[in-house]
Amino acid sequence: MKLELGKIYIKDIKFDDSQRIEDGVLYVSKEELTKIALSDDHLASAEFDIAKPGESVRITPVKDVIEPRVKVEGSGGVFPGWIAKVDTVGSGKTYALKGMAVVTAGPIVGFQEGVIDMTGPGADYTPFSKTINLVMVCKPVEGLKQHAYEKAVRLAGFRVAAAIGELARSLEPDETVVYETCTIKEGLQKYPDLPRVAYVHMLQSQGLLHDTYVYGVDAKQILPTIVSPTETFDGAIVSGNCVSACDKNPTYVHQNNPVVEELFKQHGKTINFVCHILTNENVFLADKERSSFFTAKICKMLDLDGVIISEEGFGNPDTDLIMNCKKITAEGIKTVIITDEYAGRDGKSQSLADAHASADAVVTAGNANEVVILPKLDKVIGTLDYINKIAGASEETLREDGSLEVEIQVITGATSEVGFGCLSAR
Amino acid sequence: MAKIKVVHYINQFFAQIGGEEKADYPAELRVGEIIGPGSAFAAAFGDEAEIVATIVCGDSYFNENIDKAKADILEMVKSQKPDLFIAGPAFNAGRYGVACGTITDAVLNELGIPALTGMYEENPGVDMFASKLYIVSTKNSAAGMRAAVKKMAPLALKLARHEKIGASVVEGYIPTGVRVNFFEKERGAKRAVDMLLKKLADKPFVTEYPMPNFDRVAPNPAVKDMAHARVALVTSGGIVPKGNPDHIESSSASHYGEYNIAGVEALSSATYETAHGGYDPVYANDDPNRVLPVDALRQLEKEGVIGKLHEKYYSTVGNGTAVASAKAFAAEFSQKLLEDHVDAVILTST
Repeated sequence: MKLELGKIYIKDIKFDDSQRIEDGVLYVSKEELTKIALSDDHLASAEFDIAKPGESVRITPVKDVIEPRVKVEGSGGVFPGWIAKVDTVGSGKTYALKGMAVVTAGPIVGFQEGVIDMTGPGADYTPFSKTINLVMVCKPVEGLKQHAYEKAVRLAGFRVAAAIGELARSLEPDETVVYETCTIKEGLQKYPDLPRVAYVHMLQSQGLLHDTYVYGVDAKQILPTIVSPTETFDGAIVSGNCVSACDKNPTYVHQNNPVVEELFKQHGKTINFVCHILTNENVFLADKERSSFFTAKICKMLDLDGVIISEEGFGNPDTDLIMNCKKITAEGIKTVIITDEYAGRDGKSQSLADAHASADAVVTAGNANEVVILPKLDKVIGTLDYINKIAGASEETLREDGSLEVEIQVITGATSEVGFGCLSAR
Repeated sequence: MAKIKVVHYINQFFAQIGGEEKADYPAELRVGEIIGPGSAFAAAFGDEAEIVATIVCGDSYFNENIDKAKADILEMVKSQKPDLFIAGPAFNAGRYGVACGTITDAVLNELGIPALTGMYEENPGVDMFASKLYIVSTKNSAAGMRAAVKKMAPLALKLARHEKIGASVVEGYIPTGVRVNFFEKERGAKRAVDMLLKKLADKPFVTEYPMPNFDRVAPNPAVKDMAHARVALVTSGGIVPKGNPDHIESSSASHYGEYNIAGVEALSSATYETAHGGYDPVYANDDPNRVLPVDALRQLEKEGVIGKLHEKYYSTVGNGTAVASAKAFAAEFSQKLLEDHVDAVILTST
């Protein structure tokens, strides 16, 4: 499969009556976007705002972050199963608006969404302090339950991102990267001497707003499967998460999966990047056993030499991570796992809820319990009403001077377990 | 700002008194003297700090008279009122390492003075003291003195100034078991691919998180006589009286709550809710018995399947809560359960 990813750099976003991209500036109409967002009658209102890197702005409660993209050649369209009809994506040509993101916000649960600071110490921890963010704060109609509210906001975000991506359809990309994978037989012929490597990608599927979707299917209901690594670049995997924001993958991170990108850089040089294996993190023991056995079996059937396994979340999924590592290692395949840590505010506690000797090659994205002080910022997009209850906060979080004392757990993407950022711990 | 005052501890060998034959040299305070490795530290400190005294002690003397040697040396240190204490570095010298570790620990914990030492990772002093002290990792012989001082001097100054100490790989100390965050140069995904390439090529690689020895708890034997057993409910699912009176955090709980359910036939959404921040609370709030099954236990009580539902239940939030905190909560309320003659506990999680 071959995908050309054209990058169009967005230098600024401005509100205007007519929507267009001109000289790297995205012009969007509040009226148009509101219409698109509110086409779902579960939402009562959607307000749009712009947050730029370096501004004294705090966005919370953040639900998802999405990169606008448009499919210009090849089968399918972005976000298959949600926006486009279900068709195989990952080949042809896709344009991405780089340097910006659509951020959805709203108090869905009130204590599970994230914080994005555009400046100050909090900005160091989130990748989305470096993007120009078009923020949409969505409020539900009265009486809507959380899961229905989550779905409405999730889909509103995809609709808005897809509509913005559409504005780039006839543009010339600033830069193009080509990603190409081979079929099993081609790979064996082309790279007979290179180690065969795959990416085992664990998708958050604990349920109750811990969800991920693959081509529109709830990942709880999948058996481990394989996809071409290029498919995720077209939005084949999307976030339905609304929980401890530090280590859940927003849709943006799926669209720009760093493990896939880094493995592509080595593909054909030091490794043969065979495929992208998707598995889940269900809460029942039978599901955990089944999924990890299937994953190990797929790895063996593909004659892999090595895999990278990434987790999403903590606690309960630590058991899935260790089961995957143990069973894949037992097939004689070399493993590296990526996780984050919950070592306590003092850093003294055991970091994972499970452990095994086979997990001897670990990359950590840091201790999510580390406490930081986030100074008061001039403007809040969203609301601070829930800040003392957010996962990683306490009754003492909001201090008299308006600063926040919080664990980095509250910050969107702070301890990304697909290795999106540079944070680590020793 | 006044210069930081430093007392430096070395053995008879580095004081150029002699080798093994002089290892019984008793502890001696030399005020105003900078000896051996002290001059390397003095150079590295520049105008920031000065060594005001050097304490010399034979390795055999220290280890064979450990209580007296320690007490004498602590008095010597105290007399100089230093801002900082440095011992060694001891490299791979075993008895010197133990002496450096022992005295650094004592100065730090008994005198409350910032203190630092340095050793090779296989020095027996590392096993004894790495979890209590900052021990800078050095080479295995004195040939590594320059490199050792280069790491020890800046870390020592940070300690003296009570600055925040970074992660072990950044500061150069041997891991203490306390996890500290820092920003790597490469993103995690790149580090993972690099680590896999090394592993595939059978080249050495360093894991970023060595797996701990996992604590496994064997289940207790089954309760023989359930019909007369007092059964308690304990949950990490966050069920609390409405309004969360003890303010249990939605994640990383710092405490647990004890609540009375005497006379409560079943929990109701009017009076109970969850404080847990890790799941959609709709179903738990609609019917809190889904997480803390008081209704089912009352039924079993009526049917005579269990003797009695204990009138108190204990609740905390499991979401992101440190294992050490959870252990401490359980150690405390287990005593209360024992005092209340509880025979069995049903633990519910979410």
